[in-house]
Amino acid sequence: MILDAHDLGRRVRGRDLLDGVSLTIARGEVLGLVGPNGSGKSTLLRLLAGLVRPDRGLVRLDGEPMAAMPQRQIARQIALVAQSAETSDRITVRNAVALGRTPWLDALRPWSDEDDTHVAYALRRVDLAHLANRDWSTLSGGERQRAHIARALAQDPQILLLDEPTNHLDIRHQLAILDLVRSLGVSVVIALHDLNQAMRCDRLAVLQNGRLRALGPPAEILDPALLARVFGVRANALIDPHDGSRVMRFHPC
Amino acid sequence: MTGHLDVAAIRRPRAPGWVWAAALIVAAPLVGAALGETPIPLATVWQALANQLWGAGYPVDPIDKGIIWAYRLPRALVAGACGAGLAISGLILQTLLRNALADPYLLGISAGASTGAVLVAVAGLGATFLPMSVGALLGALAAFALVVGLARLSGGGPTARGAAQIVLAGIAGSQLFNAMTSFIIARSASAEQARGIMFWLLGNLSGVRWDDVWLAVGAVLIAVGSALWHVRALDAFTFGTESAASLGVPVRRVQGVLILATAAATAVLVSITGAIGFVGLVVPHAARFLVGSGHARLVPVSALIGMVFLIAADVIARMLVPGQTLPIGVVTALVGAPAFAIILIRARSAP
Repeated sequence: MILDAHDLGRRVRGRDLLDGVSLTIARGEVLGLVGPNGSGKSTLLRLLAGLVRPDRGLVRLDGEPMAAMPQRQIARQIALVAQSAETSDRITVRNAVALGRTPWLDALRPWSDEDDTHVAYALRRVDLAHLANRDWSTLSGGERQRAHIARALAQDPQILLLDEPTNHLDIRHQLAILDLVRSLGVSVVIALHDLNQAMRCDRLAVLQNGRLRALGPPAEILDPALLARVFGVRANALIDPHDGSRVMRFHPC
Repeated sequence: MTGHLDVAAIRRPRAPGWVWAAALIVAAPLVGAALGETPIPLATVWQALANQLWGAGYPVDPIDKGIIWAYRLPRALVAGACGAGLAISGLILQTLLRNALADPYLLGISAGASTGAVLVAVAGLGATFLPMSVGALLGALAAFALVVGLARLSGGGPTARGAAQIVLAGIAGSQLFNAMTSFIIARSASAEQARGIMFWLLGNLSGVRWDDVWLAVGAVLIAVGSALWHVRALDAFTFGTESAASLGVPVRRVQGVLILATAAATAVLVSITGAIGFVGLVVPHAARFLVGSGHARLVPVSALIGMVFLIAADVIARMLVPGQTLPIGVVTALVGAPAFAIILIRARSAP
């Protein structure tokens, strides 16, 4: 399954949210999206998920233009974990995750054992099986985020899109979510704020004012010049004596 | 999950849900027809019905027969249809707008339908070829468009503040359409007409005929049917509109179909009985309390509770003040307003 965006543009009220972005997501890779606030990360994810139609350019799924596909067919291949999707309904974790089966069901194809299997697998995958019968309102922020990811996994997608999934989580849960995402074995596009966390992606796409500024392996593209230009910070690289990995410290320019 | 089979094997075979539903749908209107200022035994109601439907030939007092067949039974059936239809309309609006306070009455849809119906009835705006219910539908859709548009413009959405915006927009819409209704009546209706219409506006079931029964039942079946067809899509709105879209739900189409069905049901019911408040608001909450938030059960249970609630409200309206029939809207408001207060308080304490 290959997802590729060609010359994507989107304008809202005379302002370019996204302008001429082209990129291809390879099978099984983890592609990180980084950029300052308002740089177009969320917009790009929503375009890739087929939720919003681009004003210019097109998104293709295995070479087929997404604009011509029914929403349901897209949802069987691409799952999105959006920012701050909340509910005040009384719903159990299992039922929330079961919503992920929606694109595979309709009035004529009812719930089956196979759907149960998918839901149980998704719950185990994010280590929430023991909370399956808990009420949504009793979950912590980290548990909710994991449940959202389980819901996306229950869609049985080949591409997973995540919009800042580590927001508002404590550091331990941030790391747990990133490890989980890396271990899923599907293609992942993940918007991130923390550049040190972004270093662990296979490739990074750097966005600024809706334009793609750089695309490539993190170690090659996150150089001091780019960080100064895009983020307005001066970066010092330090070496972690524990495992020899490079860590960045940031200072205002 | 594995314990499922064993439990089922031990338990006595239970009647499936639809059997209970069917029994309730038959029994509730019959009980409603039996109760009144002069109570008629259930057996007599049944005999009168049997005589009418398949000429069973039971000896039934013609006065009893007249009361049951021409007066109470159509009344109970319209009340039941009305309750089910308003409850489903409220449920659909609450789910699609992600707002616990959505309801055709509160959002001004009923007021818009009243205006449309009165315009056709009083002002004689093409009354010959435009039935009252079509005028009501146009009014309902206009009101919904106005209220949702106003809520959008003022920053409404599935947030706490947005939830307040749509209710405020609904108040503005209701006031506007009620004012227009009063204006039309004051300008065009005779004193006699005006008195009748004012009574009807409060929600009133007197003078209901069998024609009205078929119209009301038909509208409700369409609303309930389209809700049942879309139960999974409705569930998918749990985490908001965008989440539903990412789950493959064609959001625009589902919203369009369901809101049209809701507006149509509300319009038909308002054109028969006038605007009845609080049913659409309170009943879905009661149903959620009983069976949780899955729409596969929520839709039929809401419809059934709404049906029973309004038949009961009509019985109370007929019996509360001796020698007089209250508008049913008065009864639903007396029960519904305190229930509404409870919902408000619970919504505040929810996380």
